[in-house]
Amino acid sequence: MIVEVKGLTKVYDKEVKAVDQVNFSIKEGEVFGLLGPNGAGKTTLLHMLATIIEPTEGTATVNGFDILKEPGRVRGSIGIVFQDPSSDDMLTGYENLMLHAMMFGVPRSEWGERINNALKLVELTPRANDRVKKYSGGMRRRLELARGLLHEPKVLFLDEPTLGLDPQSRERVWEYIQSLVKEKGISVIITTHYMEEADHLCDRVAIIDSGRIAVMDKPSTLKHEIGERILLKGVGDSIPDLDALSFIKKYEKYDDAVELCVDDASKRLKAVLEAFPSFEKVEIRLPTLNDVFLKYTGREIREGDAAEGGFMERIMTKRKNR
Amino acid sequence: MSEISGLLALWLREVKVFTREHSRVVSSVFTPILWLVVFGGGLGSSIVIQGMDYQTFIYPGIVSMSILFTSVFFGIYIVWDRKIDFLKEVLVAPLRRSTIFMGKVIGGMTDSMIQGTIVLLLGPLIGIGYTPLILLKAYIVVFVMAAGLVSLGLVIGSQMESPEGFGMVVSFVVYPLFFLSGALFPIDNLPTWLGYFVLLDPLTYGVDALRGAMLGTSRFPYLLDLGVITAFAAFMIALGTQAFKRMKT
Repeated sequence: MIVEVKGLTKVYDKEVKAVDQVNFSIKEGEVFGLLGPNGAGKTTLLHMLATIIEPTEGTATVNGFDILKEPGRVRGSIGIVFQDPSSDDMLTGYENLMLHAMMFGVPRSEWGERINNALKLVELTPRANDRVKKYSGGMRRRLELARGLLHEPKVLFLDEPTLGLDPQSRERVWEYIQSLVKEKGISVIITTHYMEEADHLCDRVAIIDSGRIAVMDKPSTLKHEIGERILLKGVGDSIPDLDALSFIKKYEKYDDAVELCVDDASKRLKAVLEAFPSFEKVEIRLPTLNDVFLKYTGREIREGDAAEGGFMERIMTKRKNR
Repeated sequence: MSEISGLLALWLREVKVFTREHSRVVSSVFTPILWLVVFGGGLGSSIVIQGMDYQTFIYPGIVSMSILFTSVFFGIYIVWDRKIDFLKEVLVAPLRRSTIFMGKVIGGMTDSMIQGTIVLLLGPLIGIGYTPLILLKAYIVVFVMAAGLVSLGLVIGSQMESPEGFGMVVSFVVYPLFFLSGALFPIDNLPTWLGYFVLLDPLTYGVDALRGAMLGTSRFPYLLDLGVITAFAAFMIALGTQAFKRMKT
């Protein structure tokens, strides 16, 4: 296990439990997602693992080092991309990477090669000597991703890596992350409130709500538990005996519509359509992690609030960190 | 080994930023010139102190002032690092907190020494004659003062959460240190109460040492002055190291 978290808890001001008795472990080469709304405690959890916030209770090991006993070695084992930009915009991209290499003890003989490779990976080579001030948000995020990798960490922490990025930049960041995992076999912990992102990137996700892990598993398993649904509209009164169809796990009748819960909707569709004498429209609904989130927390992650929420979380985490 | 290269990285960053932020350099040179030319020249037209031109008399004080302002402000700039989150990147590096502190100190001292050099270059223009020995003595004082004052700024900055406290620091730390230092008046015949405050101000000894070295008139021997500011610097460095250990992101 490259990361093992044991009963990690952070209490602010003696009453606000930002992170509450969290346990999980991560295998080498795994991409692990912490999925939850803004303010769920994801960033606090990550900062404790990165040894920049002290836990109130519990501990964790990263790459075999205890975060309380050997914080220096933990920091040497991880790379982190913070939610907010943390590069110096008065310096060039290349200079930011060079300072990082120096601070993280990369041998001098390897600076040039590693920096150039990192820049190439995130496609910033042509802009290497521009000041970061002139970079777009997406470029800056990519630079910081490259920076987080420069010292070849065992575990990479990504805090909302695509927050505030346009869809194209987001997909590029995803590609980099995926190619990294494939090429270098590093483990990744990623926090996000984008369902799609967690689904796309993560081998396993933990759904985190109010500082607690509500459920943790593979995205596909979690979605499978919800089941797939077939929605028939305009069925009128001609509803067959649904209990006779054994593959239907659950059904619900609405005015003029029926929703069936099945394991494999595309496979069962034919049988369902044959059973219904008449209907106007049919819809297959595949489960999303949003449905999973809803099931376990009773709430939805509202993606529409992302921009505002992100801003609020920034203020909140700033305050909390004090 | 990585501690040394980390130290170097932090220093390099400060120097690069400093040389790129021209406004910071220009404004911090402009203020001493204003004091020297307008205040020194204006008041100097009607008073003479210890048999010398007032402008000449306050010159060592103005050199100290430029070191004071640059050094303390540099320290407080760490609030800015926190604001742009660069501080997190530094704190997550596998470096000791004391290394991070010292990196900042030597970075700030470099800024102050550059600043100090510019102001020292103005000396001959108002009739200060330098010899290599005078310059050496002056540079030693400037160096030690910068170490103490940058550390003081960093101690304050590491405890400050937002730039809003900046004005408070100027009013309650920087100005008292400056006005009580005897930069603008001789400290021999002060009212008793004021004399005590003046003697408590570490900058007093820096100004006195510079005045002794440059103008040949001083209240205390050079080595005593140097001893006091060295003790002050050592104390502030120790305090700063502790402050950085407890510093939060």
